[in-house]
Amino acid sequence: MGSTKILKVLERYPGVGKDKLIPILQEVQEAEGFLGREAVILIGKHLDVPASKIYGVATFYNQFRFEPVGRFHIQICRGTACHVKGSAKLLETLKRELGVEPGRTTRDGMFSIEVVACIGACGLAPAISINGEFHARVTPEEIPVILGNCRKSAQEVS
Amino acid sequence: MRITLNGKTMEAREGETILSAARRMGLNIPTLCHMEGLPPTGACRVCLVEDVKTGRLIPSCSFPVSEGMDIATHSSQVVAARKTIIELLLASHPDDCLYCASNGTCELQKYAQELGVRQRSYSGDRNRIDLDMSSPSIIRDPEKCILCGRCVRVCSEVQGVSAIDFAGRGSNAQVSCAFDEGLNVSSCVNCGQCVMVCPTGALTERRDVDRVLAALDDPKKTVVVQHAPAVSVSLAEEFGIKPGSDVVDKMNAAFRRMGFDKIFPTSFSADLTVMEEAHELVERVKKGGPFPMFTSCSPGWIKYLEEFHPDLLGNVSTCKSPQQMMGAVVKRLWAPAQGLESGQVFNVSVMPCTAKKFEAARPEMGGEVPDVDAVITTRELAEMIRMFGIDITSLEGEQADSPFGDRSSAGKLFGATGGVMEAAARTAYHMITGKELPELKIDAVRGLQDVKEAVVNIDGLELKLAVVSGLGNAGRLLKDIIDGKRTYHFVEVMTCRGGCISGGGQPLVTNPERVKARMQVLYEIDRDASLRVSHENPSIKALYRDFLKEPGSHKSHELLHTEYSPREVLK
Ligand code: SF4
Ligand code: SF4
Ligand code: SF4
Ligand code: FES
Repeated sequence: MGSTKILKVLERYPGVGKDKLIPILQEVQEAEGFLGREAVILIGKHLDVPASKIYGVATFYNQFRFEPVGRFHIQICRGTACHVKGSAKLLETLKRELGVEPGRTTRDGMFSIEVVACIGACGLAPAISINGEFHARVTPEEIPVILGNCRKSAQEVS
Repeated sequence: MRITLNGKTMEAREGETILSAARRMGLNIPTLCHMEGLPPTGACRVCLVEDVKTGRLIPSCSFPVSEGMDIATHSSQVVAARKTIIELLLASHPDDCLYCASNGTCELQKYAQELGVRQRSYSGDRNRIDLDMSSPSIIRDPEKCILCGRCVRVCSEVQGVSAIDFAGRGSNAQVSCAFDEGLNVSSCVNCGQCVMVCPTGALTERRDVDRVLAALDDPKKTVVVQHAPAVSVSLAEEFGIKPGSDVVDKMNAAFRRMGFDKIFPTSFSADLTVMEEAHELVERVKKGGPFPMFTSCSPGWIKYLEEFHPDLLGNVSTCKSPQQMMGAVVKRLWAPAQGLESGQVFNVSVMPCTAKKFEAARPEMGGEVPDVDAVITTRELAEMIRMFGIDITSLEGEQADSPFGDRSSAGKLFGATGGVMEAAARTAYHMITGKELPELKIDAVRGLQDVKEAVVNIDGLELKLAVVSGLGNAGRLLKDIIDGKRTYHFVEVMTCRGGCISGGGQPLVTNPERVKARMQVLYEIDRDASLRVSHENPSIKALYRDFLKEPGSHKSHELLHTEYSPREVLK
C-alpha cells in the first residue's frame, strides 16, 4: 500500500513544522514516484497544512508531479546548452502533440513530460530522454516520429 | 503626527497606513488586494501613491505614515502608473463585461473606466481556463481572476477552511482547489464569502433565477416563496434605499407582481425551529447531555463539522434549518391539505446565503421530491425585481399569506448573530418554568463581537450559552471546548461573521456599517413587536394542534429533524 511508504517518510519527521514541507514532499515523491491525493492528505495532517496549500506550494516547483509517470516518461532538458539549441520549441511541440503540460500524464497513461534542468548531455543538445534513453539533437519535426515509434512499440508488446 | 496629503497637512495616527489616513481625509485611492482588517499583502500595486520628496511610488495600503511625510495621491505619475497596472491586468483578461455576472459591480471594470482605459494597450494571450461549475453554490471562472488573493485569504484567514489557494507560478499561476479539483470535492463549505470579496466576476453564485422563472411560467405549478429574516433588511440597498431599511411589505408586493402564489416568511419556520430546538435542549438538560448542543441552521457550519470535526456531529441539534422546515411543512402538510400533490408545489427560497443552495440539494432534505426546489440569493431576488421592471420604492406594502404568514420577532432575530440563541432561550425558559423570561432582550448575545457568552438562570439552573460567528472564530472556540477550557450547554454557530446579515448571498456592497444597520433594524423590529416569543405565535400553535401534536413528536421527527454523517473531502 502507498500509505505505508508515505507514513514511513513522515515517521522520520516527528513533530516538525511547515518548514519541512518541501523535503517531505521530495522524499514522498522519491518513494512513490508522484504526489497522490492520499500523500497530500497525510502530509497535510502531519504538518497541519491544508491540502490546497500543499498543492499550491508543490505546483510552484517544477519537480513535483501529481500522477504516476506514463509508460513513456519523457524528460526534456531545459539547461543552457539545450536552450540555446532550441529546446523551448521542442517543449512547445511536445505539449501540443500530447496535449498535456509538463508534470502531467496523458489520459491513456502512455506519455508523461518532465522538464529537467540539465541531464548532462550538453554535447547532444537539444536532448530529450525517454525512459532513460537519450535522443540527441532533436528537431521539432522529429517529435511526432519519435512519439509514433513509442506508440508502435507499445502496441507490439501488448 | 503630521503628514501632508496633496498639499494639505493633517494629523495622522502612529502606525496607520497612508491609505487609512487618506481615506479619513476623503481621498479615493483604488485598491484591489487590500482587505479591511487583514494585514496587507501588497500584491496588486494599484494603490500606489507618490512620495513627493523622492518622487518614489509606494503602495499606500502597506506603507505606514511617518512624521513630515509629503504624499501625492493623484499626481500625473501616479495616475499613469495605476492605469498601466490596470491595462496589464486586462492584457490576458476576457473582455466579457456584457455577459459577465459582475457587470456593473466589478472593481476591475470600475477602475478601467475611472482611469480612462478605452482600448487594449497590451495584448497578451487571453486566459483559457475551464469554468468550475461543480458546486451547487459557487461558480469559479478563473479566466477573470486577477490574482488579488482576497478569496484565498477570506477562505483561510477568516473562515479557516482553506479550500482554495494559489497554484502554479508565473503566467500559469491561478487560484485553485487541491489537485485542480472542483469545489464540490474540496472542503469548501459554500459560504460565499469569497464571492463577497472577489473584485471581479471570477467568483459568483450559481444562479437559479431561470429555474424560478420557468416555474412561475408553468400553469401546473403552485409556486410558494419563503424569504429569510435577513433578506428584507438588506434588499433595499440594491435599490439605493438607505441601509437599515426593512422593506418586507414592499417585497411581498413585488413577489405577487412577479406571480408567486403564496408568500410565507422563513421567520415563521424559524419560530418552529425554536420550538423544536428549545425542546431538544430541555430534553438534553433532563438527560444530562450531550453538551454543548450546537445549533444547526447554518449549512456551512454543518458541512464544516462533517469535514473537520465529525466526532462532534452527535452534539449538533437534529433540527433541520428554518429553510428546510418551511419546505417540509409546505410540501408534506400544507400541499395535501390543499388537495395538491407535493410535486405540484414548487418551493422557492430567498436566502442571504449561497450555502443554502447546497443545503436544499442535500439528499437528507426530502430526497426524490426535495423540500425546497430552488434557492435564490438576495442579489438574485433584486435581479428578478429589476427584470420585471418593478419599482420597489413606489409599491404599496402587502402582507404574507396564511396559514404560515405570522411570525414572532424572535424568529426575525435569526437574521443576526445571537438571534437564534435569544429566541431559543426565551422559549426554553418558558418550557421549563411556564413563565416568560423577565427580560426578553438578552444583551449579552447581541452585537457584532466574534464570540459572546451569556448565562441564563432558569429557576436555579444556570444555562451557559455561547454565540460565535465566522468559521475561523468557531474553529478556535471549538478547540477550547474540546480542550475542556470552556464549557457550555448551548452554542450558536453562524458560518458568516455577523450572521446572515452578512451572508454570502447579500448585496455585494456589504461593509461593517451596513451590517450594523441591518442588525439595528432587526433589533428595532423586536423592540416594537407585540409578538416576541415563538411559543405564542398563533400559527405555530395551530400547526402543533392540527398536525404535529407537540415539539419532538413522532411527526415532528419525521418532517423536521435529520442527522448528518462524516464527509470525506480533499482537505
Ligand atoms: S470580471 Fe469585470 S472586467 Fe472582467 S468581464 Fe466581468 S465585468 Fe468585465
Ligand atoms: S465558499 Fe467559503 S469555503 Fe468555499 S471557497 Fe469560498 S470562502 Fe472558501
Ligand atoms: S478569484 Fe477573485 S478574489 Fe480570488 S484572486 Fe481571483 S480575482 Fe481575486
Ligand atoms: S491594494 Fe495596495 S497593493 Fe493591492
